[in-house]
Amino acid sequence: MSRTALTLPTDDPLWLKLLLGLAAIAFVGLMLILPLALVFQQALAEGLTAAWDAITTSNGLAAIRLSLIAAAIAVPLNTLFGISAAWAIAKFDFPGRTALVSLIDLPFSVSPVIAGLIYVLVFGMQGWLGPALAEHDIHILFALPGIVLATIFVTFPFVARELIPLMTDQGREEEEAAISLGASGLSTFVRVTLPNIKWGLLYGVLLCNARALGEFGAVSVLSGHIQGQTNTMPLHVELLYNNYDYVGAFAVSALLALLALVTLALKSLLEWRYADALAAIHRH
Amino acid sequence: MTQASLVSAPPWGRRRVLPGLGLSLGFTVFYLSVIVLIPMAALFIRAFEPGLDGLWRAIATPRVAAALKLSFGMAALAAVIDSIFGFVIAWVLVRYRFPGRRLLGAVIDLPFALPTAVAGIALSTLYAPNGWLGMPLAEHGIRVAYTPWGVLVAMTFIGLPFTVRTLEPVLGEFGRDLEEAAATLGATRLQTIRKVILPLLAPAILTGGAMAFARAVGEYGSIIFIAGNLPAISEIAPLLIVTKLEQYDYAGAAAIGATMLIAAFAVLLALNGLQIWMGKRR
Amino acid sequence: MSLIVDSITKQFGRFAALNGVSFTAPQGGFISLLGPSGSGKTTLLRILGGLEFADGGSVRFADLNWLDMPARTRNAGFVFQHYALFRHMTVAQNIAFGLQVRPRNRRPSRADIRSRIAELLQLVQLPGLESRYPSQLSGGQRQRVALARALAIDPRMLLLDEPFGALDAKVRKELRADLRRIHDHAGVTTVFVTHDQEEAFAVADLVAVMKDGRIEQFGTPPEVRRAPGTAFVREFLSQ
Repeated sequence: MSRTALTLPTDDPLWLKLLLGLAAIAFVGLMLILPLALVFQQALAEGLTAAWDAITTSNGLAAIRLSLIAAAIAVPLNTLFGISAAWAIAKFDFPGRTALVSLIDLPFSVSPVIAGLIYVLVFGMQGWLGPALAEHDIHILFALPGIVLATIFVTFPFVARELIPLMTDQGREEEEAAISLGASGLSTFVRVTLPNIKWGLLYGVLLCNARALGEFGAVSVLSGHIQGQTNTMPLHVELLYNNYDYVGAFAVSALLALLALVTLALKSLLEWRYADALAAIHRH
Repeated sequence: MTQASLVSAPPWGRRRVLPGLGLSLGFTVFYLSVIVLIPMAALFIRAFEPGLDGLWRAIATPRVAAALKLSFGMAALAAVIDSIFGFVIAWVLVRYRFPGRRLLGAVIDLPFALPTAVAGIALSTLYAPNGWLGMPLAEHGIRVAYTPWGVLVAMTFIGLPFTVRTLEPVLGEFGRDLEEAAATLGATRLQTIRKVILPLLAPAILTGGAMAFARAVGEYGSIIFIAGNLPAISEIAPLLIVTKLEQYDYAGAAAIGATMLIAAFAVLLALNGLQIWMGKRR
Repeated sequence: MSLIVDSITKQFGRFAALNGVSFTAPQGGFISLLGPSGSGKTTLLRILGGLEFADGGSVRFADLNWLDMPARTRNAGFVFQHYALFRHMTVAQNIAFGLQVRPRNRRPSRADIRSRIAELLQLVQLPGLESRYPSQLSGGQRQRVALARALAIDPRMLLLDEPFGALDAKVRKELRADLRRIHDHAGVTTVFVTHDQEEAFAVADLVAVMKDGRIEQFGTPPEVRRAPGTAFVREFLSQ
């Protein structure tokens, strides 16, 4: 009986499985894992202490500080925006709703360089507000405000995109019930909506934060590349690399890569937890 | 039990049960205007200031044309490569069981999470003539770093998560009974894949590819280190924008930026139309 | 040329879906597998169709060791409960599918395929619907197309898995009668799974009442009704 040589109609034959499996693993290994491994190898090429020293130079620490400050401003603002937009879009019907949703997706189709460019056109010396700002000695470009603006632009969709489908899915009934029981709007939001969206919110904030710390193109256009002052971590990496300080560049990169890996791990964890929460909502 | 007011002051004159539309919508629109709409308007106003022929003159130079061709051309090629391998990887992730499958799935998002500058210097070092991959390739006469092929490699890196993540859920929901039906009707496995599975996955493949394309066209950080950046040869359009800004040629930079956005929008519109045409029959 | 099923067993993990199932049916017979969910009737059907592998036992049909053949060479038309129509293909393309995947030397000409499609649509009482898409059809129409598609390959055996389960009562009755008519016309051995005893008794020549992976009783409808073999059969029939 040659029964064991047969495969089910929904199973691929063994040769196909091996071919596709190996192709997938080879592609991922070559394109994704190898560069990642290289970052750590180069960072540690002269030992752990050398890498640590490279990260903790005064310019390095200033870059870390600047990145953290920019993220600390951009992420909460974008979270507020995300909650606000999701509340309006998910719980109400109004004309222009679909256009609004498309608008929120805009940064994903725009090059980060263009994201920086548009603020230069508004705040730069040849821009609309440039001369007026210069008169009052307000610096947007080549200073913290510009960096924060660029960071806000490229990261604002993340929280909104998580919350909009989630809150739309959850419907209005629980909130309507709370209102009918006498709760105020804010109270309803805090006691009813927030607990329902907490995992989605966390997920969005996580992605927003990761992108905020890692953004390069948009910030590069608006920063002055002034060492110790207007360089975020990614810009600092570029500086070190262009100055042939490879250990330094890769050491700071390794720090950023570690952050990326932690983000991925948390992301997977939340996806797993979050899936449970979503399923639980559907079961009610 | 006190009855709270069930209606809030509405902007469109309709009574609404839930409160907060005015506030939330108002803040949302304000935020979007300040962050997106007004600056984007500045871009298009600046680009079209010298009129349509002025805009054309700004971008019809050999250097700009080459940069746009490089960015769009390589992005399209990268999208195709990512679609093919994205399909294979999604297939393997959804349909096969093997140790380490979860890990493979998590790693796919790396280009999403990794800062582009880090990816840039890593790819550049990897494919440089003395790099881990660059050296063996050089022995076969293939140069990747500092050539347009470096652009392709970086774009392929950056676009992969889009194709995989778009296909995974669609493959996951695919009904096995369609494959079983095809088999009972006499189709071989390859015939089933070709005639039943692929046509039904085509819209998702197209969407994933479009997203990878859109991302790759505008990509900057992961490309400029590996590309070589020689004008008219290996210079991508975003880099040209930066160069023009550094030369205070705001009008030129705006012209290229606006053109990129319009062209990308046109491509995506066309792909969307293709999808709708394909989906009309379902 | 009878269908001889001998001691089929099947385990899913620790769950024994089939515990030694045997029966014999004449060529061209209409057999109904009847029982509650979990009785193994669908598993048995899928094994006959090549969509599952049996762990033990054998099946002989048309002088062949049936279980040694992969699904696509068995020429057993299978009709699914939820139709499994290819929604990106028209009705005509769906029906023609089994003919078009044949190797060139066995593939009919385009003209032949076209006329066969028209013939089959006549048979299932859906004339003229060649260019419709499944999304444009009602449930009953879809199931008729699924039947036509399975018949297009001139099957040796026709297998139906609760084919009318997703349809309302009136449509079920119509389709049931049409199925019997088509079976009589084509003379093809038919195995039909259902949990509805009225349906089974109305349409089949032979009924296998199943429970917990075993056949409790196998016989013609009048035989089974007159003399229920076990307490379970008696109870099941009285519902």
